[in-house]
Amino acid sequence: MANIMIRQNAAGGLVFYLPKRDLEAAINSIEFDTPEKWGGELKLENGGSYYVDPIAKPPRLPISVRAKRLGAAED
Amino acid sequence: MAALTREETASLIAEVLEVYPEKAKKDRAKHLMINDKELESSKKCITSNRKSLPGVMTMRGCAYAGSKGVVWGPIKDIISISHGPIGCGQYARAGRRNYYVGTTGVDAFCEMNFTSDFQEKDIVFGGDKKLAKLIDEIEMLFPLNKGISVQSECPIGLIGDDIEAVSKKAAAALNKPVVPVRCEGFRGVSQSLGHHIANDSVRDWIIHNRDGQPFETTPYDVAILGDYNIGGDAWASRILLEEMGLRVVAQWSGDGTLAEMENTPKVKLNLLHCYRSMNYISRHMEEKYGIPWLEYNFFGPTKIKESLRKIASFFDDKIKAGAEAVIEKYTPMMDEVIAKYKPRLEGKKVMLYVGGLRPRHVVGAYEDLGMEVVGTGYEFAHNDDYDRTIKDMGDATLIYDDVTGYEFEEFVKAMKPDLIGSGIKEKYVFHKMGIPFRQLHSWDYSGPYHGCDGFAIFAKDMDLTLNNPCWNLMKTPWQKDASEAEKKAA
Repeated sequence: MANIMIRQNAAGGLVFYLPKRDLEAAINSIEFDTPEKWGGELKLENGGSYYVDPIAKPPRLPISVRAKRLGAAED
Repeated sequence: MAALTREETASLIAEVLEVYPEKAKKDRAKHLMINDKELESSKKCITSNRKSLPGVMTMRGCAYAGSKGVVWGPIKDIISISHGPIGCGQYARAGRRNYYVGTTGVDAFCEMNFTSDFQEKDIVFGGDKKLAKLIDEIEMLFPLNKGISVQSECPIGLIGDDIEAVSKKAAAALNKPVVPVRCEGFRGVSQSLGHHIANDSVRDWIIHNRDGQPFETTPYDVAILGDYNIGGDAWASRILLEEMGLRVVAQWSGDGTLAEMENTPKVKLNLLHCYRSMNYISRHMEEKYGIPWLEYNFFGPTKIKESLRKIASFFDDKIKAGAEAVIEKYTPMMDEVIAKYKPRLEGKKVMLYVGGLRPRHVVGAYEDLGMEVVGTGYEFAHNDDYDRTIKDMGDATLIYDDVTGYEFEEFVKAMKPDLIGSGIKEKYVFHKMGIPFRQLHSWDYSGPYHGCDGFAIFAKDMDLTLNNPCWNLMKTPWQKDASEAEKKAA
């Protein structure tokens, strides 16, 4: 489990940020994106994927959440 | 037009790496890339923020350097104690030329060295008592300090001193922030982690101190983050921002104060110059206080104009008009500078190797002067820095991460730049090779280089260095005679 921060970039897309490793990557897809349920599997542009427990859609980004690594981009 | 083609650059890299043993070669190859503007992400081409190989010359610093030297040091009314043996503090003292207004030793303390001067007995019996005594002494001798930070050096982490407990006790007794910073030098691979640790300690001990307290705001409040006022940089930037109608509430951390930092959560926009060292606190303020942050670049007229417009886009028409007025006011001055120096500098090639933001930020300023940056690299960047660099650099230019002394020299020999911009450790090597050199860490004791006033100084300095007649005197007269005689004969 790792603390991550999800923020919105200027273009409106979601950006994933892992402070511990200073890893910043655009989020290509998010599994659940409805007002009641938001989160699930995040697919990153660098090939990695993380899982965030679904929550109600946060009213404001950025938000820090706990995430589980499903598959890391090799480095 | 790049100095070398893509194939030539690739063969240069292969040639330079040839001398390494197999394992080192494989590792170093990952840190070198040929720029391709088409790329979206640097991930596949360059590896960064990895431990330097033992045995090579690296220019990196340590976590203590990143925290005490970069982030905490320039805050003028906080006393930063170098907690540990005396050398770390003493040899880094006042080296970064963070200018400030104030009377040193009375209400400003950046240029002084406060240290607990660890001796053997402190290592054996622990230094907590000494630290507590030191804080008391500071309070007695320098009552105008607004706070104290304890910057740990390596032994503190090794012997496990509890500086947090001492700090908490002292903070309660003095009624001032006393911030323990766990920036022992052995943490991380470079000073970069020191920046992160320092940002985190600001987040934990400083930033929320004035939450809920009244503060007179305007809709035009901004804070300058990541400008360390080297040679007066932050002042040159501040002039432009204030002229366009913004109110600069805080400067982090060059010429900054504790009060400014505590008031930063009240601003409308955080302006981030050095992304590498202050993005952490910007991200925190964005999440906690909803303050957007924006990276800007005040090197050279093209980037200044771009940045001023970008900053103005966050505000109403008054600021937008202000930005245009500022641009209009300074354009003739900038054009004059370019008209004077461009003919003397045009077509010259530059290689850079610096830290933080400069390997990409100064590219625009060189281009404004008609110069071309043929190679650039960072000491301690992460991949998000390289993502941003790809766009600023020309196609097929060389990019190197944590370049070793050997590699840098070989690259220079092959690419023959007319000017190199790097730090003091590289300076004399290249001077002896007969290549003009400017320090881009400390602006070679000149500056400011930010902003419109800074650009004029930047252009003048580059001209003075590059066109200095001394570079024609590198060869002794008899060597010269011989080569000239050969030419005549041929």
